[in-house]
Amino acid sequence: MEKEQYKQLEQNVTPNPPYFKNVAKAFLVGGLICTIGQAVSLFYMTFFDFTEATVGNPTVATMIFFAMILTGFGLYKKIGQFAGAGSAVPVTGFGNAVISAAIEHRSEGLVLGVGGNLFKLAGSVVLFGVVSAFFIALIKFILVTLGVVSW
Amino acid sequence: MVIVFQSKPSLIAGGVVAGPLEKRSIFSQHFDATYDDERWQMKTNEQGHRKMVEEACEFAMKKAGVKNKDIDYFMGGDLVNQMTPTNFAARDLDIPFIGLFSACATSISSVIVASLLTEVGASNLALAGASSQHNAVERQFRYPINYGSQKPQTAQWTVTAAGYALVGKHHEEYPSIEAATIGKSVDYGMDDPFHMGAAMAPAAFQTIQSHLEQRNQKIYHYDLILTGDLGQLGIKLLKGMFVESGIKSEELKPLRDAGAEFYGQDETFQSGASGAGCSAAVFFSYVIQQMRAGTYKRVLLVATGALLSPLSFQQGETIPCTAHAIEITMK
Repeated sequence: MEKEQYKQLEQNVTPNPPYFKNVAKAFLVGGLICTIGQAVSLFYMTFFDFTEATVGNPTVATMIFFAMILTGFGLYKKIGQFAGAGSAVPVTGFGNAVISAAIEHRSEGLVLGVGGNLFKLAGSVVLFGVVSAFFIALIKFILVTLGVVSW
Repeated sequence: MVIVFQSKPSLIAGGVVAGPLEKRSIFSQHFDATYDDERWQMKTNEQGHRKMVEEACEFAMKKAGVKNKDIDYFMGGDLVNQMTPTNFAARDLDIPFIGLFSACATSISSVIVASLLTEVGASNLALAGASSQHNAVERQFRYPINYGSQKPQTAQWTVTAAGYALVGKHHEEYPSIEAATIGKSVDYGMDDPFHMGAAMAPAAFQTIQSHLEQRNQKIYHYDLILTGDLGQLGIKLLKGMFVESGIKSEELKPLRDAGAEFYGQDETFQSGASGAGCSAAVFFSYVIQQMRAGTYKRVLLVATGALLSPLSFQQGETIPCTAHAIEITMK
């Protein structure tokens, strides 16, 4: 059988990913995670001395703490299989990427194992996040200087 | 070229051990032991992997009533870098050893080498087989175990299992190896490591076709043609290739896949099982037992392997695959 003919057969046999179902599940779970995040923010603003501008850091730390617990008990991968991008895109997904790598490489020691591999998956998120933040800030700085927008 | 064994070496015994999830396998009743701890009470996955290889070999030797000093050669492999689990097991088994890598097709390539050693009179008894440990393999080829990525329906689940067979001189009461075909490295341009069945099916097709042609046989000459780990989609593709080559689909009844059947219809495992331990576990427990019970008289075992590495995938290479086959008969 020729390669082209096989490719045709392969495409006929392979089921299409259930895009609609996946999007719906990602929307629901992603939305749920963000709702929990919003609740955590309101909690800090109501019971502690935080404002809308400063509540981001403790909220993110708390959400990552939740992700850590779920990852440690092996539950986050199950949520991930169900929700796809819904649990990968929020900050909990970032936490999961870091924590799962740490657990995974514990057997190679703290320095070469955990230390060396902690950002194996999340490293590119940090890198491209910082780079894009720099350029966005630069664009805004130029726009503010030109008087188009204000800080 | 097909290899025909004049001396018809026999599979004297098989030893198969598997991990906790493999208790769910429809073949689990045929395994010698399943363990609740996938690390076998060891500190690392890789050490557990080594222990698993040793235990599978122990079971095979125990059944045949022999000890490691009675074994002439140890042939085997796994999927971990540099195959340390098998290499380290060889250290403890203390038997002359060659590590073999044909990815998931190692279960059969090792039996072929052991049979050749038996055929030339160099070996009276040789251990041959393969193994895989889910956590150790996943971390190397894909993501950390606890990383929450979504696997597509086409993905397969690497089994935690080790299967070893004891290959010895011909005995009528044991299944005997009549012939073998060593597969080529076949690449049909598939490049998705989450769709290995599609990459491996053409290799299985070529090996089976070439074996049948050179042995002057048809599919119906076999009670069972069992591929290793094509998965539910891979076996469909393999059957599709046979149908397109002009064989009627009702003639394809003997054609089955161990990976597709391994976990039953459990959707947790997507397209089914894979890994070097998958074919080894099924071939050296279920198949040997069924042949000794007289259910099957002539069987073609076809182990399939995807010859990729994480590096080759990241560099955008396609996935070459191989399939090795042995023809086993029982009087």
